[in-house]
Amino acid sequence: MTIPWLTLAIALPAVGALIVALLPRGQGELAKRVTFGFTLAVLAVVGAMALNFQADGPRFQFTETHVWIERFGVHYAVGVDGIALVLIGLSALLVPLVVLAAWKEQQGTEDEGKGYFALILILEAMMIGVFAATDVFLFYVFFEAMLIPVYFMIGRYGRGEGRRRAAVKFLLYSLLGGLLMLVAVIGVYALSAQAGNGTFLWSELVGSDGLLAGIDPATARWLFLGFFIAFAIKAPMWPVHTWLPTAAQSSRPGTAVLLVGVLDKVGTYGMLRYCLELFPGAATWFVWPVVVLSLVSIVYGAVVAIGQSDMLKLIAYTSVSHFGFITLGIFAMTSQAQSGAALYMVNHGFSTGALFLVVGFLIARNNGSAAIADYGGVQKVAPVLAAMFLIAGLSSLALPGLSPFVSEFLVFVGTYAFNPVPAIIATVGVVLAALYILWMYQRTMTGPVREKLAHISDLSLREKFAVGPLIAVIILFGVYPQPLLDVINPAVEGTMQQVGVSDPAPELGVDQADGQEGAGE
Amino acid sequence: MSPLSLSVLAAPAVITEPPEIDYGLLSPMLVVFAVGVIGVAVEAFAPKDKRRIVQLWLAGLGLLAAFVLTVLQVGAVTGPEAGVAIAFGTVMVDGPALFFQGTILVLALVSLLLIAEHRDGESAFAAQAATVPGSGEEAEHRLAGSQHTEVYPLVMFAVLGMQLFVSAGDFLTMFIALEVMSLPLYLLCGLARTRRLFSQEAALKYFLLGAFSSAFFLFGIAMVYGYAGSVQFGAVHEAIGAGGAGTIENGEPLLLIGIALIAVGLLFKVGAVPFHNWKPDVYQGAPTPITALMASCTLVAAFGALLRVFYVAFGGAVWEWRPMMWVVAILTMVVAAAIAVTQRDVKRLLAYSSVVHAGFILTAVVAASPEGLAGAMFYLAAYGFTTIGAFAVVTLVRAREGGGEAGELAQWAGLGRTSPFLACSLALFLLAFAGIPLTSGFIGKFAVFEAAVAAGATPLVIVGVLSSAVTAFFYVRIIVLMFFADPAESAPKVLKPGALTGTAIIVGVAATLILGVFPGPVLDNLVPQPVPEAVNGTQPAEAGMVPGDMFVR
Repeated sequence: MTIPWLTLAIALPAVGALIVALLPRGQGELAKRVTFGFTLAVLAVVGAMALNFQADGPRFQFTETHVWIERFGVHYAVGVDGIALVLIGLSALLVPLVVLAAWKEQQGTEDEGKGYFALILILEAMMIGVFAATDVFLFYVFFEAMLIPVYFMIGRYGRGEGRRRAAVKFLLYSLLGGLLMLVAVIGVYALSAQAGNGTFLWSELVGSDGLLAGIDPATARWLFLGFFIAFAIKAPMWPVHTWLPTAAQSSRPGTAVLLVGVLDKVGTYGMLRYCLELFPGAATWFVWPVVVLSLVSIVYGAVVAIGQSDMLKLIAYTSVSHFGFITLGIFAMTSQAQSGAALYMVNHGFSTGALFLVVGFLIARNNGSAAIADYGGVQKVAPVLAAMFLIAGLSSLALPGLSPFVSEFLVFVGTYAFNPVPAIIATVGVVLAALYILWMYQRTMTGPVREKLAHISDLSLREKFAVGPLIAVIILFGVYPQPLLDVINPAVEGTMQQVGVSDPAPELGVDQADGQEGAGE
Repeated sequence: MSPLSLSVLAAPAVITEPPEIDYGLLSPMLVVFAVGVIGVAVEAFAPKDKRRIVQLWLAGLGLLAAFVLTVLQVGAVTGPEAGVAIAFGTVMVDGPALFFQGTILVLALVSLLLIAEHRDGESAFAAQAATVPGSGEEAEHRLAGSQHTEVYPLVMFAVLGMQLFVSAGDFLTMFIALEVMSLPLYLLCGLARTRRLFSQEAALKYFLLGAFSSAFFLFGIAMVYGYAGSVQFGAVHEAIGAGGAGTIENGEPLLLIGIALIAVGLLFKVGAVPFHNWKPDVYQGAPTPITALMASCTLVAAFGALLRVFYVAFGGAVWEWRPMMWVVAILTMVVAAAIAVTQRDVKRLLAYSSVVHAGFILTAVVAASPEGLAGAMFYLAAYGFTTIGAFAVVTLVRAREGGGEAGELAQWAGLGRTSPFLACSLALFLLAFAGIPLTSGFIGKFAVFEAAVAAGATPLVIVGVLSSAVTAFFYVRIIVLMFFADPAESAPKVLKPGALTGTAIIVGVAATLILGVFPGPVLDNLVPQPVPEAVNGTQPAEAGMVPGDMFVR
């Protein structure tokens, strides 16, 4: 009997959430321990699964398919390819660290954070589910249901007065996108029913002999848009990014890590898996509009980040810029760019996660103020904290030797092969990244020590354990990214095949029209 | 054609034999009717202090027995035939009728729990409805602990009307059912214990507007009779197929006027815009348990009848009524969602939300397909349980002063801190209304929208999802108030749910979750399967015709 790895990884945190939620009042300490235990167990399960993954095996592994709602052809179908696997790994790694980081955050609140930890666990179940789903309906269910725990994590357990508004804004934005996607999901089903077999199974829908192969290009473009808008809101892409800065500002740092580090990846992951492969014709048709939007996001996010006075908002805007790189890589339609984009999703999770956590530790030492103006000279009183901050920051600006560099480089190479102009424009984002990160470091960590900050402690052991593993993987995969690329590359090749594009000929001066020649219309 | 020949043609066959009636198939209705009649006798003969308990058991067991009998019939009517017509074709026993009847009975049973809820000798109903509000006489009755146990037989009669409404085989039976259903409800609406004038006003409004709509309905029947020469749904269907019965030449306008007028009558009961104005007032004024009964059972019954009329009788005239339904559905979704945003009272808000949901279900009616029927059926069942649960929560949140319900939304702030169980249940119901996955509301929405898209009504669905987003806004606002806000100064007093109300809420929660996560058994077995032809990619039946094998004609 084979072990149902994915179901196990989804069910385990869900069960944990139930247990934590049912613990009697006043058991905050126990709730934390149980939560941490469950997240470690999930990490172990995911780790064991990853070791069993064969990079040269079939594209989807650990597949399980059961009929869920027969009438609508809905299946509980899960399975992972390389990209989904690394993203599940990212989620499983980040959650225990977030729990560790949030250990003391909720002390003194009414339920001592019991509800918060239960929500984290239920969110983890849904995050793994959304990446593992290979049925469009199941994906949609996780995609939408995920909003609810985050909504409560921001609105109920978040920080500051604006958290309610931020939570509602987040929910309504996402819900609107989700509902537009619902129309497209229904449309996909109706088309598959017309083609002879009403189903949501991804494997039966895609491909040149799939159920969606014969659809009319105009319909395909509308359906593409239905999915794309939802993913663009999630990603978040300019101009539908406005919910992210307020949400990040009002979140606990742990929530922000999961929100930006994992949840937003669902958007870019969805583009790669669903927009591109379900509607290859439409995707190639929309290449240029998306590339332009990505470039705007890259530059806009970076410029606005420079002007921020709130650290959490600043990081949120840097993410807008980074997500621009990811979408650029996806829609450049070359294998390097897409591998880079997929790798970027993981690396961005590491680097932004680390950055949010360190900033969270910093904020906790200064009465919860995230304003840059309230800091200065931290380096002198808390050198370890400052060092972690610097490494996380440098990884965010893609310093060579740290993992985001590899992915950013691949995106550049791939995009240049597609067309040099967007690649050149995108470099502006890299330059600006150095500016916003280093300037933030300079203002908060260097200079004279603020009086208020004179007696703050350096990172505790717990905090070191929370952020240390992230720093370690950033360096590890910066030096040796091959293990990740080994599992990602076959999946990207699979995607390219489904879309019907191939890499442009390697000689220099390749015309952009040639680059798009292979686009299967 | 002379008037003489007309009368000859229409001369009814004289019935000499005693009618053969299958009492077995009629038994669910007969049981409910009998319980109602016995209930009246109990009022007359049972001692005052025993009446409530007797009535409660009687009504509860009666509904349960009727439900069991309904379920038993499911086996009896399945087979190659869609169902059977009994009592001279006035009552149809087919899949949809049984489904709607069963749903109505279960929902009525859950509502009955709320109706029977009793606290310190006080129920939700006026001690003595005949006394002038605020008079000394009223106070005396209150002190004496008088109760209106007539409520139970009235509910039974209303349920009987609903059962008949969804299974009527001709327009006149349907009209009678409409009145049997409505008259007790008008009365029940006026019986609230607190804010009695308000409640009486609601009852009067409901009665007047209801009477108008009945008149429209009846006039429409006359028109259709003129066109088709019969009030039987099956005969009307055939007449439309044949281009009129020939009793009157060029009868097309009669049919169109008839369809429109009958639609007015039915859409009024459904509460679709522009016939929705009674809903907020009546829902707010009526005793909340009765509101729960109306919001669930009456809506199911009204849609059951609407579907039967438009799919069976007017099933051949889809092209004629579809544009009208488009307009009504769009108006209903957009207008009600927009108005709901401004509401400050929980019950009014739920009333407008019920109007929006009626709009969603109308998108399935527009589909005019088996999928549409199935979607509407599932949606109604799912929505019924959720809405009863929501109103059950409303009954428990009371104002500090006077013991009336705290309707003002602002008073609900911080409920999540003070009563987490109630607040979580209500949050679940609201999320189901908003159509969040893993709740029954999502599957229902998916089912109706899928049917509409398959029938080519994609623009309607886009309007639907956009208004869904608007409705999500005000549902979410309530959740924000309950969980994220600090308790208000005029914080309401929250009653501990009694066994009865508690059961109603738990049933609501369970149904919302189970139908949301495992909708398969209901969707696959209880509601009609799509016709195979439609799956094979061929045109489903003739264009403009509702495929005929879902209802018995």
